[in-house]
Amino acid sequence: MEKSTTAPPVSFFQRIIRGRWIGKFMLAAISILVTVGIAFKASQSPALFFQQLINGLQLGFVYALIALGYTMVYGIVRLINFAHGDVFMVGAFVSYFAIANFQLHAWPSAVIPEINPVISLVIGTISVIFLAMATCGFLAVTIERVAYKPLRDAPRISALITAIGVSFFLEYFGALPFVFTSNFITYKRPFEVTTWYIQNGIHHLEAGVEAPTGSVLFSNILIIIIIISLLLLASLQFIVRRTKVGKAMRAVSYDKPTARLMGINVDGIISVTFAIGAALAGAAGVLYATAYPQVVFWMGITPGLKAFVAAVLGGIGSIPGALVGSLIMGQAEVLSAGYISTPMRDAIAFTILILVLLVRPTGIFGEPEREKA
Amino acid sequence: MSKRIFTLIALLAIAASMMTGCQQKQTEIKIAILAPLSGAVPTFGESTRDGALLAIDEWNAKGGVLGLKIVPVVEDSQCSADPAVNAANKVIDVDKVHYIIGEVCSSASIPMSLIANEKHVVQISPTSTNAQVTLNADGSVKPYTFRACFIDPFQGTVGAKFALGNLGAKKAFILFDQGNDYVRGLAEAFEAAFTAGGGEIVGKETYVKEDTDFSAILAKVSEANPDMVYLPDYYNIINLVTAQAKEKGITAPFMGGDGWDSTDLDRAAADGGYFTNHYSEQDTRPIVQDWLQNYGEKYKKADGTAKVPDALATLAYDATNLMLAAIEKAGVDDPEKVKDALAGLTWEGVSGRITFDQNHNPIKAAVILQVKDGEIKYVATVAP
Amino acid sequence: MNLKANRSTIGFIGVSLLIIVFVQVLISVGVLSAFWATLISIGAVMGIVSLGLNLIYGFNGQFSLGQWGFYAIGAYTAADVTYRWSQEHSASGLVIVSLVVLLVGGSFLLIRYMLSRIRGLDPLSAFSLYLIGVVIAGFLAVKIGQFIINPVTAMFNILPASLAMQIIFFLAVLLAGALAAEVSFIFGMPVLTLGSDYFGIATLGFTIIVKVLLDNSDVLLGFEEMKGARGMVGIPKLTSWLWVSLFLLAVVIVTRNLLHSSNGRAMISVREDEIAAKAMGIDLAQQKTLTFVLGSFFAGLAGALYAHINGFLHPNTFNFIKSFDPMIIIVFGGLGSVTGTVMAAFAWALVLEGVLRLVLPTGFETWRFVVYPVLLLIMMLLRPKGLFGAFEFPFLRQVLPPLRKSQGSAATTPKPTIAEGD
Repeated sequence: MEKSTTAPPVSFFQRIIRGRWIGKFMLAAISILVTVGIAFKASQSPALFFQQLINGLQLGFVYALIALGYTMVYGIVRLINFAHGDVFMVGAFVSYFAIANFQLHAWPSAVIPEINPVISLVIGTISVIFLAMATCGFLAVTIERVAYKPLRDAPRISALITAIGVSFFLEYFGALPFVFTSNFITYKRPFEVTTWYIQNGIHHLEAGVEAPTGSVLFSNILIIIIIISLLLLASLQFIVRRTKVGKAMRAVSYDKPTARLMGINVDGIISVTFAIGAALAGAAGVLYATAYPQVVFWMGITPGLKAFVAAVLGGIGSIPGALVGSLIMGQAEVLSAGYISTPMRDAIAFTILILVLLVRPTGIFGEPEREKA
Repeated sequence: MSKRIFTLIALLAIAASMMTGCQQKQTEIKIAILAPLSGAVPTFGESTRDGALLAIDEWNAKGGVLGLKIVPVVEDSQCSADPAVNAANKVIDVDKVHYIIGEVCSSASIPMSLIANEKHVVQISPTSTNAQVTLNADGSVKPYTFRACFIDPFQGTVGAKFALGNLGAKKAFILFDQGNDYVRGLAEAFEAAFTAGGGEIVGKETYVKEDTDFSAILAKVSEANPDMVYLPDYYNIINLVTAQAKEKGITAPFMGGDGWDSTDLDRAAADGGYFTNHYSEQDTRPIVQDWLQNYGEKYKKADGTAKVPDALATLAYDATNLMLAAIEKAGVDDPEKVKDALAGLTWEGVSGRITFDQNHNPIKAAVILQVKDGEIKYVATVAP
Repeated sequence: MNLKANRSTIGFIGVSLLIIVFVQVLISVGVLSAFWATLISIGAVMGIVSLGLNLIYGFNGQFSLGQWGFYAIGAYTAADVTYRWSQEHSASGLVIVSLVVLLVGGSFLLIRYMLSRIRGLDPLSAFSLYLIGVVIAGFLAVKIGQFIINPVTAMFNILPASLAMQIIFFLAVLLAGALAAEVSFIFGMPVLTLGSDYFGIATLGFTIIVKVLLDNSDVLLGFEEMKGARGMVGIPKLTSWLWVSLFLLAVVIVTRNLLHSSNGRAMISVREDEIAAKAMGIDLAQQKTLTFVLGSFFAGLAGALYAHINGFLHPNTFNFIKSFDPMIIIVFGGLGSVTGTVMAAFAWALVLEGVLRLVLPTGFETWRFVVYPVLLLIMMLLRPKGLFGAFEFPFLRQVLPPLRKSQGSAATTPKPTIAEGD
């Protein structure tokens, strides 16, 4: 490459410059190297590879629910809402207390004792999720009204600093003994975990039994996470695309002053956006705590950050982008932990982000910066 | 404008130092408890503080030390270097404390020990396992710093011996937190002892403390099919990992260190696991039973039931007792004498009979406990 | 510099020196205890980092969260140099780091000269070429370094021990800044082409990557003495109030002079309106890179000074959550205000770690971080443009009146700056 910069034939040299080939070559070299490395290791144990893919899928769908909140809020007020991860934490805690202290997940069978236990559990679990979603939605609207709305006309950085403040407040206030607790709490799942393994068909794995080597495991949690995430995503897409509120949201996100002139209640729409985003985070909190059964006051920081990265990767402001970005993040995380280097996992996730941004400066699904004048 | 602010700051500082500067006839003796009451592990800080405060209460009930009332000064040091330095400076300069119990984390205890030794303040860290807490970079001992816990190598070695001998394990898998020196130290010591004893390490994986999804590394554990998994972290990580391991069909027993010792350990998930600890609750020595009972009487959970002390509270209790016993032995409120008294002290603590070696590490026995059917069972005692 | 400016210059430097000496006297006679002395040193260090960030964000409009990563690089670089001298009695750290800084810097200049004749080279390609240059220069530096470590060590051994230590410390601080600047140059080249928020996220990623590398510095990077996540011990405590305050003063003066130069005006015009600046013939990429590199240089200096306050470094100090601290400080001080930044840095350090510790009663130690965000919120709601607003000392006042008029109104047309109001 060094030689080519001094080589005489101008046309060839010009072509390299115009086509941005040097940079592309470098990126291509890196990605080929990584792909070959992973493919080589994966071929040694295909079962492990598929197991990792499934693990990544579960992680990716939870990130997607959190990422949607970031992406919606960013799309509409251009605010990186750092408190979003902590709203997620509140969702997990609310569901924990609802289950552990009030047995909310079992209310149908408490009311009608002869009800089928499975149906009872399904209804109960859905109520827990709805409770978490409602609480988080309410919390987010309160935060928006108290902390962000007064700053709507201030420089954007003020709102960002406020968001950081709110994040600290939720964490440390939550850590106080009479609010949540500073301790790590083992989450009480609303339902028992059932595991299956795939090896010449799908078999049920009994508790305390070792899974046969070369099999791929998955649990009911994975299925529930995927179903609930897809349902919520579909309803979100419906709200944004097919309802009046959604239309207003899109209008506000596109041009606030004009939307106001068209008779849209901009403040109201912004609150609704915060509420919907937070409700999704609340649901994510329940699912996350069910999958990784522990709640603690700082549990929102890391998933929040990673979901945020996923939202940016997919193109912040774009709903399908958030889903795709999250699935990529989930896979990147487990594959780098599985095949490259566990200590470097977070570093690798961010390296991927930076590389993607260099190729597509506004993320995979991001629209190019709207205007330049 | 700026001058005014500078003067204001200066005046403030002067006022602050004046307020505390006045000396009266000594009727009390101050002990500082520096613990991470905020930050990532406030629950460790609270246990430490509670354990230390209970020891102080007991001494005060007996009439204090040297006839002086013991006054605890609690400060938050966040398990991190800067707040630890500020907290240590504050208790030394503002509160004029000569004795420090703290910190929990080595990354906070090390900078704290530098200040303690500069200012000739005796420090006992209850739980910091990093060798550098009591040693300078050149290997010399810090005269004013002691610790009440095992250093990293000991527990790891004990664990490896037990795994090889009693469990008959040949293949071990190690999981550890790359960002936590306690965990890493134990893991390294275990690895060295296990391979030296003829065992084979079939895999090593790291995670970070914020992790909750261990599926990727557990898939690798499953693939390697070890006889046992060494996971020397705190109970919060153990709960997550063992619960997920059960779901992944991993039946190999887990083993760890004193970080497991907590009532918040998920005993259903960790069932069948072993850990090294300082003492066993089933120990019949009166000091152990008194400790369990008094702690439960003083501290209640939110639902009103008695709390059970964890390893952090126990070590803080022992550390505070050691400090006060050393003051009594020295017979005078003078850090110089107290540190010498401490170095030569023998004290019957909850975690066993403690004496200090030349590096200011305690010499005491470890016990091995097993989580079985919702209870913690005593398995064996291993002397140093 | 004209005569009018001279009066305020002498006045400013005189008053600053007086304050520095006054504080030093207070420390020496013991009126200010080590508790307060450490806090004001931390305040000064934060002042230097924040000034660097204010250059990047406040004056140039680049939303960077990478300042903390460069701070970390500076801290560990300087610590390694002084560690090797004080613990291993070898100037190897000094020699290698200075050779790396010189050769890499030289290679940058050379490549820059070679590339200056090529038009239209995209940043990513340029980045690849620079990267090759860095690898070659770094390799050469280590190889050449082996030969001159011993003579240099011997040279420093001639000097009295304490003097040698202070000289090495001073050089280490400067080298740490220079190394951070060089890293920022190569990292900034591709990343500065990103839009404002995306740039912020990429730099946040940089901070996290640096932290992960430091966690594994002994295993992955091969620096045994840094001990990875166990924390680096054995760093001499050399940062005194005099050192930090003089560095802070120097940084303030450099910032001020830069802002008064044509480069500074170009820098501010990039913040105000990139299109207009471009139309005026300003090389956007060059201005952004220059500011980013200078800001990171300050971060490196600050990190180096920080490392020698506690004598202990731990990767957790460089956690990304703490990377918001300088951002909070410059917003409090007022974006684009030098006075405000320095004042806010001191206030931040003294209030959060000092006053709150003294004020909160026993049993409420955990409330410190409940009170802090509430204070943050109240301040933000009451004074969204910073504690000091647009106030500046005469010496620091910009030649041009502050241009950013559209900050507050929502009705203005959107601009690609981060401070847009919509």
